[in-house]
Amino acid sequence: MVDAQIAVRPIIGLEIHVQLLTRSKMFCGCPVRFDDPPNSLVCPVCMGLPGALPVINRRAVELTILTGLAFGGTIATHTKWDRKSYYYPDLPKNYQISQFDLPLVSNGHLDVDVGHGEHRVRIRRAHLEEDAGKNVHDVGGHTLVDLNRAGTPLLEIVTEPDLRSAEEACALCTGLHRLVTYLGVSEGNMKKGQMRFEPNVNVAIEHDGVEYRTPISEIKNLNSFRAARDAIDFEIDRQVAAWHEDHSYVLGSAPNENRGFDADRGVTEFQRDKEAAQDYRYFPDPDLVPVNVSDAMLNEIRQSLPELPDARTARWVKDHSLSVEDAATVVGHRATADLFDAVISAGGPPAIVIKQFVNVWLSHAKQRGVTIGDLGIDPERMAELAQIVADGTISKTAADRVAEIMLARNRFDAGTEDASDTVTPSVARTLPTTKANNAARCPSPLALAKELRLLQVRDTAATDVWIDEVFAANEQAVQDAMTNPKKRKAAAGFLRGQVMKKSQGKADPKLVGELIDKRLTGSA
Amino acid sequence: MSRRDTQFDTAQSVAGGERSAEEIVRECFERITTTDVDLHAMLSHDADRSIALARTVDAARASGQPLGPLAGVPLAIKDNMCTTFGATTCGSKMLERFESPYSAHVVERLEDAGAIIIGKTNLDEFAMGSSTEHGAFGATRNPWNTARVSGGSSGGSAAAVAAGLVPAALGSDTGGSVRQPAAFCGVVGLKPSYGRVSRYGLVAFGSSLDQIGPLTLDVRDAALMLGVIAGHDARDSTSVNQPVPDYVAELDQPLAGVRIGISDEYFGDGLDDDMRTTVMNAIELMRDEGAKIVSINLPHMKYSVACYYVIATAEASSNLARFDGVRYGYRTATPTGVVDMYESSRGEGFGEEVKRRIMLGTYALSSGYADAYYLKALAVRTLIKRDFDNAFEHVDVIASPTTPTAAFALGENAGDPLAMYLQDIYTISANLAGVCAISLPCGHSPTNLPLGLQLMGPAFGEERLLSVAHQYQRHTDHHRKAPPSASAA
Repeated sequence: MVDAQIAVRPIIGLEIHVQLLTRSKMFCGCPVRFDDPPNSLVCPVCMGLPGALPVINRRAVELTILTGLAFGGTIATHTKWDRKSYYYPDLPKNYQISQFDLPLVSNGHLDVDVGHGEHRVRIRRAHLEEDAGKNVHDVGGHTLVDLNRAGTPLLEIVTEPDLRSAEEACALCTGLHRLVTYLGVSEGNMKKGQMRFEPNVNVAIEHDGVEYRTPISEIKNLNSFRAARDAIDFEIDRQVAAWHEDHSYVLGSAPNENRGFDADRGVTEFQRDKEAAQDYRYFPDPDLVPVNVSDAMLNEIRQSLPELPDARTARWVKDHSLSVEDAATVVGHRATADLFDAVISAGGPPAIVIKQFVNVWLSHAKQRGVTIGDLGIDPERMAELAQIVADGTISKTAADRVAEIMLARNRFDAGTEDASDTVTPSVARTLPTTKANNAARCPSPLALAKELRLLQVRDTAATDVWIDEVFAANEQAVQDAMTNPKKRKAAAGFLRGQVMKKSQGKADPKLVGELIDKRLTGSA
Repeated sequence: MSRRDTQFDTAQSVAGGERSAEEIVRECFERITTTDVDLHAMLSHDADRSIALARTVDAARASGQPLGPLAGVPLAIKDNMCTTFGATTCGSKMLERFESPYSAHVVERLEDAGAIIIGKTNLDEFAMGSSTEHGAFGATRNPWNTARVSGGSSGGSAAAVAAGLVPAALGSDTGGSVRQPAAFCGVVGLKPSYGRVSRYGLVAFGSSLDQIGPLTLDVRDAALMLGVIAGHDARDSTSVNQPVPDYVAELDQPLAGVRIGISDEYFGDGLDDDMRTTVMNAIELMRDEGAKIVSINLPHMKYSVACYYVIATAEASSNLARFDGVRYGYRTATPTGVVDMYESSRGEGFGEEVKRRIMLGTYALSSGYADAYYLKALAVRTLIKRDFDNAFEHVDVIASPTTPTAAFALGENAGDPLAMYLQDIYTISANLAGVCAISLPCGHSPTNLPLGLQLMGPAFGEERLLSVAHQYQRHTDHHRKAPPSASAA
């Protein structure tokens, strides 16, 4: 039965687990690392041996507070630790140390924008807890337990059910990912499970003036943005379809459920009723003393809070007239954004600098698998390269070539190896980055342009010669540009490009454009 | 061999070269061989290791190296403290073969002081009990009368010291488990203030109540041993960072002017008449020596047993959850699946009393009941603590009997858990309040069983508490009487 009169409104909240970037575990000194041999990063505390006692990792508390401040949350001045009891082989003590009724952070918010304006999502709470280990199933008919991950600090962030679509939920996940990686609170590596999502989904269905609400499903343990979006979309459709059957799939009549997501088939599957919910028997952990967050500690952390991406974007748009889209490509990575600011401070014209960041530096960095900062070009040189493009000394195309040479000469000036291919991230990071070194090694872009004869040519006669050659070699394009209005623009653009190429980037693009236009329209 | 040397004297004789550590340790093992067959105070001991350690001490002394304050002294510790040697069983089938990869903080401290830990003593399973009948490996008998219990849960340690197997031992006290067996066996038992001694490596029963304490022949030994094991340990968040005074040096403060509180709550129904008389005589003696007796009120004391059995069992239910057969300890032979592995391993590995308490505690923490039981008990605990705070504004120590009666017969309370729980009626409140308390011999019953006087002091008031107790012992010789089993040997 298809009912034309129903209106469906999804109601979505998120629980997000973020693995904190600490050197040691939440309650012991074992290192936090991925991919080590099973059970090699363990001690009596994280193995839950008899008599072992937990000790709080202060750094994890600080990182939680930093994150809470970043999303405008209230930081508790007094908090405590609670035991959450359940039996599972990967949980060594058979209770998890968590925070029950006094989370470190409460009442924050994050804004999402999926194309129809900003929407505020309230964050109910964020608390600290320890991760469990891992069960490795079906090893010679056994399940084995690896406790390397046991005791890793986790930040659990819980939103109010303010999200209205899978798209918004996904935007919140990516926004939060950007925030925690920007703050250096987490590596946010999804493949290592450092960020995991658990959406709570139901729908309000309005039918003949009556509102029905479906039971709430909690979809467990999603470890990619895409899985979060797909699982929510599927779940919304599933719930609406289930309600359609006889309108009895509603809160109160049907139980809330835990569901898992099968990414291969794109479906959520029933795990268990929440009505038969486990009783976690929370109580304050007598092994740990309560945490009091002093004003001094709070102030210190507040002062370490960097300018956040949204504020930075707003400043760049206002002060440097950048577009939001351009800003977004640079602002998400803190070191890159810091470098951008440094290049502007060194006199780089923002409009050119942002284009060079996106089109030149970022692509070189990506080729090498590093960040722009790791390329080792100091901000003064980057500013100079943008300046000589802005004042017409060289063309944008020539700037690309100059940048390549800068990188090549900057790295290996002693004639050891060829530059670009061999730079691995680790090598790049060990290269000297002090200004003195860079000043000595990184060539001036202007000097390079001169050496490479890339200075822009504004001579009409010389330019006309290049145009003649290009027109002769591309008769079809010339024909299109002159006779076919639909193709004119593309063909003219193609011809301009060919002329720039012929001039090896030295021609003045503006002059080339004018001369070509004159010929095309003049001959018509 | 009838001589029961104190820890202090033993350490002196080693340091002074009168006796070698090896000779002392060998004697200690001879006594274990002759006496412990009847008592069963020891669960495990290692003569080879101990003698080797004794030789190291003797060699160190011979070469003029500085010796620790307990150098060459053989000690025993309750088998719920982790040691890298031997098993740490907690008196349970669950941990019968458990070997700890690390040592408890107190073990490190004692060994650093030169002590030789010769073995581990018997206890009620996971320290749950008041008679040391509830272990998986048999009961410990009272050296004064082997038909009687040794008390518990540190009955093995108390009996070992009373019988002269070792000069001193460590026990743990969650609701009276050091003091009650000390009283039953006629030795000194000290429960330090909560946070005074690190619990790292003590297998937890009730984490907010557990404290490790010495069982010794006299108060001076208790002071000596406390000085070694007390102090901050970064591995235990509840261990308090406060300086450790020289407890031995402070023992000679006079009784004159000391205010001793007595409260009706400790002398009401259920108290044996001989016990009442003996304890009142002890208090009279201290008055004669210049102490002031002050009547005090502890109005919430009467709720302490109920309060304790909610909090201690709630914590225990959580603390013992880790014994599941997954990583270590007992695992059922042929589990049919993971749930059966949990249920059968725990069902077969734990004894009746432990299971009873796990169920009590699980119930007290369950959703819908936690408010009525666990949270209510926490509120009552705060009131009890406040009673003590108020009392210690007017008095320096509080005096009471340690137990309502002398040691009862083996099996007497075995079928009646409630009667057993009431054994701790006078000791429990000190754990709830976190204050320090000591039990010391103050006389004997008509049937020649020891009776214990309990003195309680404010949190971190061990200095004064020990000095009052020591002054009492200066004027009495109850603590010098040895049980027949020790003198007969």
